[in-house]
Amino acid sequence: MCVLHGAVVLITELCERNPETLERFRKTVPDLVQIMKGLVISGYSPEHDVAGISDPFLQVRILRLLRILGRNNETASDAMNDLLAQVATNTDSTKTVGNAVLYETVLTVLDIKSESGLRVLAVNILGRFLLNNDRNIRYIAMISLQKIVGTDHNAVQRHRGTIVDCLKDQDASVKRRALDLSLALVSASNIRSMMKELLIFLSSCPPELRSQAASGIFNAAERYAPSQRWHIDTILHVLTTAGGDVRDETVPNLIQLITNASELHCYTVHKLYRALLTDISQPSLVQVACWCIGEYGDLLLRGECQDTEPVQVTEDDVLDALETVLQSHMSSPATRGFALTATMKLSTRITDNVDRIRSIVSIYGSCIDVELQQRAVEYNALFKKYDHMRYAEAFSKSGELFLLFQLSPHVGTFPQVCDLLDLLGGAEETPQLSPAVSGLAPGLPINTLSTAGGDLLDLLGGLEPAPAAPAPTVPAYEKDGVTLTLSCEKTSDSGLTVTLTASNSTDSDISSFTLQAAVPKSVQLHMKAPSGDALPARGAAKVTQMVILNNPNKDTVQIDSFP
Amino acid sequence: MIRFLLLFSRQGKLRLQKWFTAYTDREKKKVIRDMIMLVLARQPRSCNFIQWRDLKIVYKRYASLYFCAGLEASDNELLSLEVLHRYVELLDRYFGNVCELDIIFNFEKAYFILDEFLMGGEVLETSKTAVAASMQETDTLQETMEEYMSKPAY
Repeated sequence: MCVLHGAVVLITELCERNPETLERFRKTVPDLVQIMKGLVISGYSPEHDVAGISDPFLQVRILRLLRILGRNNETASDAMNDLLAQVATNTDSTKTVGNAVLYETVLTVLDIKSESGLRVLAVNILGRFLLNNDRNIRYIAMISLQKIVGTDHNAVQRHRGTIVDCLKDQDASVKRRALDLSLALVSASNIRSMMKELLIFLSSCPPELRSQAASGIFNAAERYAPSQRWHIDTILHVLTTAGGDVRDETVPNLIQLITNASELHCYTVHKLYRALLTDISQPSLVQVACWCIGEYGDLLLRGECQDTEPVQVTEDDVLDALETVLQSHMSSPATRGFALTATMKLSTRITDNVDRIRSIVSIYGSCIDVELQQRAVEYNALFKKYDHMRYAEAFSKSGELFLLFQLSPHVGTFPQVCDLLDLLGGAEETPQLSPAVSGLAPGLPINTLSTAGGDLLDLLGGLEPAPAAPAPTVPAYEKDGVTLTLSCEKTSDSGLTVTLTASNSTDSDISSFTLQAAVPKSVQLHMKAPSGDALPARGAAKVTQMVILNNPNKDTVQIDSFP
Repeated sequence: MIRFLLLFSRQGKLRLQKWFTAYTDREKKKVIRDMIMLVLARQPRSCNFIQWRDLKIVYKRYASLYFCAGLEASDNELLSLEVLHRYVELLDRYFGNVCELDIIFNFEKAYFILDEFLMGGEVLETSKTAVAASMQETDTLQETMEEYMSKPAY
């Protein structure tokens, strides 16, 4: 008996590793079947017996060998069909031993080319295992069903109820298997009920399974979502329960989804706002909520919405919520960035509290985090640009004059070159501002209010038809005695030289006079050294500076001055 | 194939270790630590199978000892439970009502029985009587304590 066992083990190993031996040993199948029959039918043999089954070890090994020999082979599979049916029906399944033999039989049946009746028998055995009280047996059943869920999907679907019940089992291993199997069983027809169960599971599942469950739910929702609103609801629910464990790309995916569901913007922003009020600890949820509020804040403030109960939200409430996010130490820097951008976007959508927004934004101009600081300074500068009315300190405070030229392709609300003077006192602000402003041009697209349009003063366009024509001189800036003129000259097909001339007509000298310029990314800028940096009084001398612009894309460019 | 078989007490003390594949000492120590942590953390009525790295871990508790076996992916877990049970039966038959103390004080006999039963990670001898018979033979070849003490010391 044990010699037989040893031989069977050896043959199994050989056949697993070498396909030639596999061929050779195929002819032993009838012998093996014979031996197995003997074992199953034979009488009681006390020394080899375990709980009524004679030599289960040998039985299982023979079944395993038969599995390997019968795989992909019709004749061998036919020879063992009867035997397998006999073993499956005769084996006593009250004890673990019997179940062990049945388990091996089922695995063999499912692996060889068995007839359909036998397969049905095997799946029924697995179904019976699922209903067994013993956790081990249920675990085994779920592992086996996982193997065949791809091929015999319908057969496994019949047991969906039991599998979903196993999600609620207290044992971690059983839960894991049930989760894998449930996710594999999700289909278009049962998505709603399955998702309900999966969401209940997510709220009570052990932490190591959370991220797997969350990503599985997202995949299932993406593939089988019956409606967009359901999809958004589901994702929001997952974010509120397990927001910390989802992957990073869910935030942009969700944002894209919300953008596409245009009729649900009102509903979405209300729900997200409410979620934000209750809990700001989940980073993904907070990020999406901030983005949504920033983007669709006007819908939120309008108050009513067809799908949710109307609630009056004031601008102060919304700003309070965003400020809480900004100041909370649970927020990561990325989350704070989202909140700051949302606050800024709201400045164009609300009317009363612009000052409050401005103060929030300027506070963060001196924040430690570089990203936030840069954003805040850029937004600050945006404020100044839009605000015609804002006059800054008196001219002679520090003797420094900053004039920044912004070449921007699409700031359409300014049909002419603006006269804005803003004296910046304090040298420490200057290094921050210039990179900020040069970063503004690509940053401007955030502000979706301005539309590129025919309002552009097209200086370069006017030059093109007459390349040899004398360059127009434009008084760019004239205030408080300082005059600045721009004269442009087209030097090549895509190049332009701008000469800036400054003169001073006041009674006092201006020293440390510098000019800076910023251009959008498609244009290259090269500033030559100025002729000097002091403007003596009463126009005694002028300071000139040449700026060479290269515009390879031939974008129409607007030149405006900028404080 | 069973990769390893470990026996440890409820306090986490290792009583028996049998390795059927080659592991370095460091790996062995790590496996032992992990197994003890995993198995002792389980609830009393939970499933006896755990998935660990690429192995299936089957464990069973007998009185104060945990029997823990690491299986490969192709092995039958329910059958391994039977293997563990058969080993305990063999110990019981040899020692007569075996308890942890028997294994502590006669660990070499426990290893002999294990070697008679399992080899290379597979069941070697499926007959209980055959194992008992071979243990009896080895015992007759060994000296007893009295014989040893009474040997003349030249």
